[in-house]
Amino acid sequence: MIFQKEAAPHREREMTEVTELMRPQGEALDTKEVLLNLGPQHPSTHGVLRLVLELDGEYVARVDPHIGYLHRGTEKLAESFTYTQIFPLTDRLDYVCPPSNNLAFALAVEKLLGIEAPIRAQYIRVMMAELARISGHLLITGALPMDLGALTALLYAMREREMIMDLLEMISGARMHTSFCRVGGVREDLPEGFFPKIREFCDIFPNRIRDYERLIEGNRVFLKRTQGIGVISAEDGIDLGLSGPNLRASGVDWDIRRDEPYEIYDRLDFNVITREEGDCYARWQCRVEEMRESVRIIEQCLDQMPEGPFQIDMPTIAFPMDKDRVHCSMEALIQHFDLSAYGFKVPKGEVYSAIEAPKGELGFYIISDGSEKPFRMKVRAPSFVNLQALFGVTNARYLADMIAVLGSLDPVMAEVDK
Amino acid sequence: MSVETSVISTLIAERFGEAIEEIGFSHGVHAFASPPDGIVELCRFLKDHPALRFDFLSDICGVDHYPEAPRYEAVYHLYSLPNKWRIRIKCRLGDPPRVPSVTGVWRTANWHEREAWDMYGIRFEGHPDLRRIYMWEGFEGFPQRKDFPLRGYKDELNPFGAEGPPPTQPDLATNDIPEGGRSAPGT
Repeated sequence: MIFQKEAAPHREREMTEVTELMRPQGEALDTKEVLLNLGPQHPSTHGVLRLVLELDGEYVARVDPHIGYLHRGTEKLAESFTYTQIFPLTDRLDYVCPPSNNLAFALAVEKLLGIEAPIRAQYIRVMMAELARISGHLLITGALPMDLGALTALLYAMREREMIMDLLEMISGARMHTSFCRVGGVREDLPEGFFPKIREFCDIFPNRIRDYERLIEGNRVFLKRTQGIGVISAEDGIDLGLSGPNLRASGVDWDIRRDEPYEIYDRLDFNVITREEGDCYARWQCRVEEMRESVRIIEQCLDQMPEGPFQIDMPTIAFPMDKDRVHCSMEALIQHFDLSAYGFKVPKGEVYSAIEAPKGELGFYIISDGSEKPFRMKVRAPSFVNLQALFGVTNARYLADMIAVLGSLDPVMAEVDK
Repeated sequence: MSVETSVISTLIAERFGEAIEEIGFSHGVHAFASPPDGIVELCRFLKDHPALRFDFLSDICGVDHYPEAPRYEAVYHLYSLPNKWRIRIKCRLGDPPRVPSVTGVWRTANWHEREAWDMYGIRFEGHPDLRRIYMWEGFEGFPQRKDFPLRGYKDELNPFGAEGPPPTQPDLATNDIPEGGRSAPGT
């Protein structure tokens, strides 16, 4: 739909050079600013996002994102769910990489309870979170070129993403919404035959990354449309609350995995990828490099993963690993019933716990009133904040640049709308 | 209690005296309580002080403590990129809840404050564009308040909602809302 607005005289002077050149000499052209709705159903908005653009010719004078089309009230729903029931809700925040969301929520609740998952469970969780990071980054490294007209990259990216889906299915039985974390561990141990499969993936994948780079880095159209486009300076990025690869592409060396290590990240050796340019291409490159680091992390997890329990041994919080106990002891049966029927109580208090999700800082702020359900759960969704960076970009004057910027910021609308 | 807490609390006490109350340190976050009027000054101080440099605003969220009084709360989470410290500022608000906006300190506050307004009806004074962000314009009520039913109110679009009319709440289609909210039609 196109609405026409009254011409704003003050805009005349801000016209771009190109438009000035196109204007016929000697006669004043009757120009009007146009309001254009991009979305909510548009392939390049990566979900149901509606951008109301004020256009001055091809030049974007103002952008106003309208969000909320996918609002499911996750935070309100969580107030009526027990802590274990909330895991499937967190899956549906950033549906491209659910294990990260599960991990963030589990960590927050564990901090409130004052417990820690067993080491093996921590390795499993970190490994899954890194698989999720690859899966999330793969989607956008393929989808950004697709938005700009190079469809091939996405098809190759999807092929590798399918391998990750298969691995996640092997672990949890679900391809997308894994819900595999539990408070105090993970749901079950890794299946038989899993290690050879994931080793195979780790061997194949780095070469495939090289393929994407060869495919895209030599693509002059892609370079023209991303290099120097949508530049966000480090100061602007911090001011706008950017996090994750979007901020690192602007030269800010900040990664929660390294700076506030959670789980077993302090035992792992990995590099934090930064770029100085802060443009769309830098953000794309950061993600590609991060996938390489993720593969290294997964390999280290596999090497270091010890034998041991995958669940904490606390019958009031976690289901027993050994089901026979429930069948043989009255107390164990009662505890098991109690846990399934009513959940577990979490001590009064509040916690803010953040992890480095693929999109940036994913934080859970939970206020507990001492009952089985959170009194208030706030999700600090990275995509929600990152999308605001649309206001901070410079050098994105044209409508076509807007598409590149939006793609490079990598918002997942389910997470934006919560 | 850690070294940072004493640094942060000493600096805050030097500058603000008794106005900012220290709540303690838990799970890696230092918590302070501030009166609503002083929030902008406190944020600016935390951001600009060379020893603190809380330059990153992680999150702003609203909380409804119904039926306690004061009922509402705005919670700010800040992070210091150079020092790697986290801090939480809690601000209890009366009814109707109002608090000065910190959009002048961080631009990222814009959407966080719009969300808190949309969900809890907290008015951020001085916000450049305080509109609903998730719900549509013209939606009545603030859905995350504790007295708002989980399924919403019954109307022609929502046959499964709770009985009863929505509580009298300001009309949200415009920014221009009188102090006590608009009176319900027919009263």
